[in-house]
Amino acid sequence: MIKQLGAAVGVMWLAATLVFFALRLLPGDAISAQIIDGGLSPAQIEARRIALGLDQPLLLQYGRWLGGALSGDLGVSLLDGQPVTVIIAQQLTPTITLALAALFVALIMGIGLGCAAGLGAALAQIALDLALSAPIYWTGTLAIWLFAVVLDWLPSSGAAGATGLILPSLVLGFHTAGSIGRVLAANVQATIPADFVLTARMKGLPERVIVWRHILRVSLLPTVNVIALQASFLLSGVVITEMLFIRPGIGRVLLDAVIRQDYPVVQGIVLWIGLVYLLINAAADMLYRQLDPRVAA
Amino acid sequence: MRLFLILLLLVISAPLLATHDPMATDTTVQRQPPTAEHLLGTDALGRDVWSRLAVGGCRTFSIAAGASGIALLPGIIFGLVISAVPRRVIAATDIMLNAVLAFPSLIFALIVLTLLGQGAVSLTLAVGLAQIAPTIRVVRGAAATVRTEGYLESARSLGAAPGRLLFVHLLPNIAPTLFAYAGVVFSYSLLNSAALSFLGLGGEPGIPDWGVLLAEGRQAFRTAPWIALGAGLAITASVMIVNRMANQVGRHPRR
Repeated sequence: MIKQLGAAVGVMWLAATLVFFALRLLPGDAISAQIIDGGLSPAQIEARRIALGLDQPLLLQYGRWLGGALSGDLGVSLLDGQPVTVIIAQQLTPTITLALAALFVALIMGIGLGCAAGLGAALAQIALDLALSAPIYWTGTLAIWLFAVVLDWLPSSGAAGATGLILPSLVLGFHTAGSIGRVLAANVQATIPADFVLTARMKGLPERVIVWRHILRVSLLPTVNVIALQASFLLSGVVITEMLFIRPGIGRVLLDAVIRQDYPVVQGIVLWIGLVYLLINAAADMLYRQLDPRVAA
Repeated sequence: MRLFLILLLLVISAPLLATHDPMATDTTVQRQPPTAEHLLGTDALGRDVWSRLAVGGCRTFSIAAGASGIALLPGIIFGLVISAVPRRVIAATDIMLNAVLAFPSLIFALIVLTLLGQGAVSLTLAVGLAQIAPTIRVVRGAAATVRTEGYLESARSLGAAPGRLLFVHLLPNIAPTLFAYAGVVFSYSLLNSAALSFLGLGGEPGIPDWGVLLAEGRQAFRTAPWIALGAGLAITASVMIVNRMANQVGRHPRR
């Protein structure tokens, strides 16, 4: 466990360091971009560079950034000078809300469809295929058109209230369900011919009990990892969903920062993604140990 | 497989079937529903949607194919080489791989685009690079399953060089798995590159690809659904066909 934690922290450090140097070795940054559209004088730009420490040697900048990051200071945005930690913290509530809601939908749909497809339901298989093939910017557009325009049941955008959350979490959850369901379907298929299923059948147990207690219980175990991965992806920023449904969140902030080459913000989000991955994986490992008596040690 | 070849042929030949210049604007026919003259209608600038779809498909497929190549070639070579090295020695590569795998491929591509700037070449590179690490993992996993097979042992005892062992004896035996995985890489590349174009990061404005078409049609979907319809269906159908082919190859490896 400690070894894993160490590796995970190493992963975060490495990801952040790679991004730090990659971002600085390449030409162009938000400050130079401001020259183009801001109309600042060269002297003003130089002053800002010095204020932000961009004139100093690379290694010194790195040391300063790393020291700051360790004490919880991720620097300030090149554009508006807001601290990166504040920028990210502001997005946490909408991001986590959407991620949890979508995960809830994904679990129900993924387990339902995956189980049905594994048992041979063609319709469920088609739904899973669709979830994996249709791009979310297409299903999202269709969903907005159908539910918000034609039927006028749900608002298409905004983070306010629970109703604004329904449509994005349904769409996002549907696509996440595809990944979960595909793995579950394969596991169910592989479990059906197992000896203990045959035994259960010979004992004359009802089919419902065989599916729920015998097949599904075993098949769900390996999906824990997929669910964990999908959960961490949902928290890493769902750029397109947030854009389609006009919601605030990490994804939109990342997209903005990427377009304007606001490095400190990009770096901060990279660290956030590493942190999420670390925590979720640790949680999944612990859950796995709880669920599977064979690996409990 | 047959479906995929038909799809490929369609996409490649579609530009020949374009009835108009995909870039030519015509203010007299803005947002017209499909007619005999404009098979799929026209967009907000009066451009012919069918021609844009046909030409755009070629661009989308080239970018996806290029990105797949960028992901697969180094991914396979590196994955094979790593599979031959004892695990302890490559702890550092493991950490590196894990660092990359923490990122959703779209987010990874997005960050790489920050570094490279926008444009078709950057887009291809970004989407491709984002999938090298997953490829390495799959190749290594596939290699591990045949590692202990008898034919490898006998080749080894006959004194085959490590390179020969990997590329002549091991590679052909995991080829079906890799072929199926190549399909997966291609469909991810298609989805991700179209997604980045959709976000407006595909480079030159106005040049059509399926992501751009969807982005253009999305805003007007209520009044002019034909602008986005073709592109949305085309992406979905293409990815579905490729996925299905990958599944088949994966399930019946001896064909």
